[in-house]
Amino acid sequence: MPSRRQASLHTAVVWGLLASTGLLPRFALALGKEAFEAKSLQEALETLGAGALTESSEVTLSVPESAENGALVPVAVSTTAPGAKRLLILVEKNPVPLIAVFNLSESVEPALSTRVKMAQSSAVYGVAITADGQTLYSRKEVRVTVGSCDI
Amino acid sequence: MADPMRIRAQASGVNATVRILMAHEMESGQRKDAGGKFIPAWYIQEVTVTHNGQPVLTAEWGPGMSKNPYLQFVIKGARAGDKIGVRWKDSHGDTRSDEATVA
Repeated sequence: MPSRRQASLHTAVVWGLLASTGLLPRFALALGKEAFEAKSLQEALETLGAGALTESSEVTLSVPESAENGALVPVAVSTTAPGAKRLLILVEKNPVPLIAVFNLSESVEPALSTRVKMAQSSAVYGVAITADGQTLYSRKEVRVTVGSCDI
Repeated sequence: MADPMRIRAQASGVNATVRILMAHEMESGQRKDAGGKFIPAWYIQEVTVTHNGQPVLTAEWGPGMSKNPYLQFVIKGARAGDKIGVRWKDSHGDTRSDEATVA
C-alpha cells in the first residue's frame, strides 16, 4: 500500500500526463471529494496531497477584518508564485474547513474572488499549490459578528 | 431546472474579466428546519469554465460556499466576441450550463 507521500507523488505524475491529453478537468474533479469530508484543516490538506505548508508573501489573501454576516464573507485569493496549479480557500473553524479548490490552467490568472460562509470568527487560509509541489499559504483572522451554527 | 446563471465577461486589453453569479441554495446540511431536523445538504460540487469550448478553470466546492455563489477571475487572451461557458453540477446530480459572450 503506497504511503500518502507516494500517493501524492503519483497524483502529480498522473496530473502532468492528463494535462497533456486534455483530460485534466474531468479527472481533476474526482480528486478532492475526500478532502471535503475532512473535519480539520490539516486533514483536508493532507487528503489533497499538499506538501509541507509554508507561509508565503507570494500568496495574497483579501478578507474583511470583521464580517457582520457570516453567511456572506467576501474572500479574494491570488498568488505570484510561478507554476501555481491550484488555489484553495479554507476556514479553520467551519464544520467543513475546505471551502473550495480551484484548478487553474495557464489561461487564467491565479487570482479569484468569491464569497464564503463562516460559522464563527476564525482564521481564513488562502493556499496555493504549485506544479513542483510547494504549498504556500496566507492566513488572516476574520471576526464574525453574527455568526451562526446554521448557515 | 435551476435558474440561469448571470455571467458577465468584459474584455480589457488582452484579457477578460469574468463575473459569475449562480442561482443555488447551497444548503450546508448544518441547518435545522422548524421541527429541529437537519435540512439535508444540497450544494454545487463541480464547476467548469470554458473559453471557446476549451476548459480553462475547474473548481470543486464544499458546502461552505455562500448561497447563490459568486466567482470572479481573469481569462488571459479572451477577446470581445469569444464565448465563455460555465457548467455546474450539484450534490443531487443536477447540472446547469450557461454561456456568455465577451463584451
